[in-house]
Amino acid sequence: MDNTQPGATDTIEQPPPPGDDTSRMTTLQRIQHVLHTRATVGPAIVLLLSVIIFSIVADNFVQPSNISLIVQQVMVIGTLAIGQTIIILTAGIDLSVGAIMVLSSMVMAKLAADAGLPGLLALLIGFAVGLVCGLINGLLVTRVKLPPFIVTLGTLNIFFALNLYISQSETVRGRDMPSLLLWTGNAFEVGGARVTYGAILMLLLFALMAFVLKWTMWGRHVYATGDDREAARLSGIRTDRVLLSVYVVAGLIYAIGAWILIGRIASASPQAGITYNLDTITAVVIGGTSLFGGRGKILGTLFGALIVGVFRNGLQLAGIDELWQNFAVGVLVLVAVAIDQWIRRVRT
Amino acid sequence: MTTQEAPTTTPVLKAKGLVKRYGNVTALNGADFELYPGEILAVIGDNGAGKSTLIKCISGAEVPDSGTIQLEGQEVLFKNPLEARAAGIEAVYQTLAVAPSLDIASNLFLGRERRRGGFAGSVLRMLDVRAMNEHARNRMTDLGIMTIQNMNQPVETLSGGQRQGVAVARAAAFESRVVIMDEPTAALGVKESGKVLDLIRTLRDKGLPIILISHDMPHVFEVADRIHIQRLGRRGAIVTPQSHTMSEAVAIMTGATQVDEHGAHDLP
Repeated sequence: MDNTQPGATDTIEQPPPPGDDTSRMTTLQRIQHVLHTRATVGPAIVLLLSVIIFSIVADNFVQPSNISLIVQQVMVIGTLAIGQTIIILTAGIDLSVGAIMVLSSMVMAKLAADAGLPGLLALLIGFAVGLVCGLINGLLVTRVKLPPFIVTLGTLNIFFALNLYISQSETVRGRDMPSLLLWTGNAFEVGGARVTYGAILMLLLFALMAFVLKWTMWGRHVYATGDDREAARLSGIRTDRVLLSVYVVAGLIYAIGAWILIGRIASASPQAGITYNLDTITAVVIGGTSLFGGRGKILGTLFGALIVGVFRNGLQLAGIDELWQNFAVGVLVLVAVAIDQWIRRVRT
Repeated sequence: MTTQEAPTTTPVLKAKGLVKRYGNVTALNGADFELYPGEILAVIGDNGAGKSTLIKCISGAEVPDSGTIQLEGQEVLFKNPLEARAAGIEAVYQTLAVAPSLDIASNLFLGRERRRGGFAGSVLRMLDVRAMNEHARNRMTDLGIMTIQNMNQPVETLSGGQRQGVAVARAAAFESRVVIMDEPTAALGVKESGKVLDLIRTLRDKGLPIILISHDMPHVFEVADRIHIQRLGRRGAIVTPQSHTMSEAVAIMTGATQVDEHGAHDLP
């Protein structure tokens, strides 16, 4: 046999990997590289810049009371966006976020206020409703194999209609509800700022999800499924099961969002949070998570939600009309997605 | 007698009389197959010769209608690719089955991640990232692909050849007994193909038998120890790069040269 036998020392020559070759890059390529390897750097910088700019433009912006207001304004969207993030990481999308949340909140409120169930039981049943809604979405995606966009567009309308039916289109007032359901709106003082338990709950959920995504098998499989589903399947990952679990977990998180919502508005309204669908997607996208799946960090979503909150609040304090606030958020989304596309074109 | 010298040891993998029909189409019509320890066996054949069906049956992606498969003398029946993998048959797919934005170590362990010991591993299913990184580094060094320094580098930042290197390293990393490579050089340039062929030889020299499916005759003749020519749903012949030229092999493949079912043929 005359095959050339490579010896042990005969390593395969490879060009230096681009990742380790930062010295020969242009400044722009270096920025691209940093954004590519650290998905949260971009949103963090934008958040920092917007805080600096608004504290110069608007006098009251850095007041503790205003900061706590911003956090309260983003705590519901932020919580919902955690669920939206894991779905988008699998290259899906969830349009039924707001509907699941409002349905869960009405179930909790109605059971407690009208049926007289104890607060804890009403809360747990509300969580179960969110979980089942997520399960329905997940089954339609994995078993019936419909695209997530279509599935959640359909269930958005179904869940919202159920919400109107259960609530009889009537708001449940806070004083008719047990204190447990309103607990998320309670607050304690830290240096002149009101910190609500709802905000703490949101931050805990972010921390928990960050941990799970980074350090557990489930987290790894969520990324792999979103990155390249066929590759993940060929590697032995049960991608259908991963997807189903993602929708179920997201549903549960939306129900926790419902609890936080009740505390925030001190009532349960069947019309609350209809615009939240697009707001959560906005937070996720601005936070640097790719709509094509597999890329992004949960921390980025927290930054994304805060960026939107800071923009809306700051522009308002600066006396700018609400229509321009929407304009600004729209520009942010387009810039964020454009940057994502650019990052993905990293040279190989 | 056949012109090639048949190895005398027991085959690592042996298939006998495989039949697979898809409706009216007979993809495999009594195909035999043998893979011996420490060899690179190339499988070539015209389109429709049953080459990919044969490989699918061996790798568990299809279940044959009849016929037997033996792994190291033991009869086996794989219902899906996971079962074949559990038995030590690994496949590297043409489509580079890697997750591009995950890093090298994550890709090597994709689908069989190491978990920590105790409560953290069994209940929380926490990953043992350090052990995986270390194992990945050792493995890549073993295979001579260690110019990739950083195991935490996303696979998408690697060149095509390096990515194929990761895919091959993954297939060879887990006590595998057989590695099947489906057109491993199809998507690569000349230089990168050469590196992947070197890598295939390195694996063979470490004692791992390899099934190489390729359309690329020069590549096949460069690395293969034996060449299985699939024709009309069965094994047409077995040749070696020494016993036959490329054009002779192609002639058998296309039916221009007739051979008998034992692989003996009437070439001078």
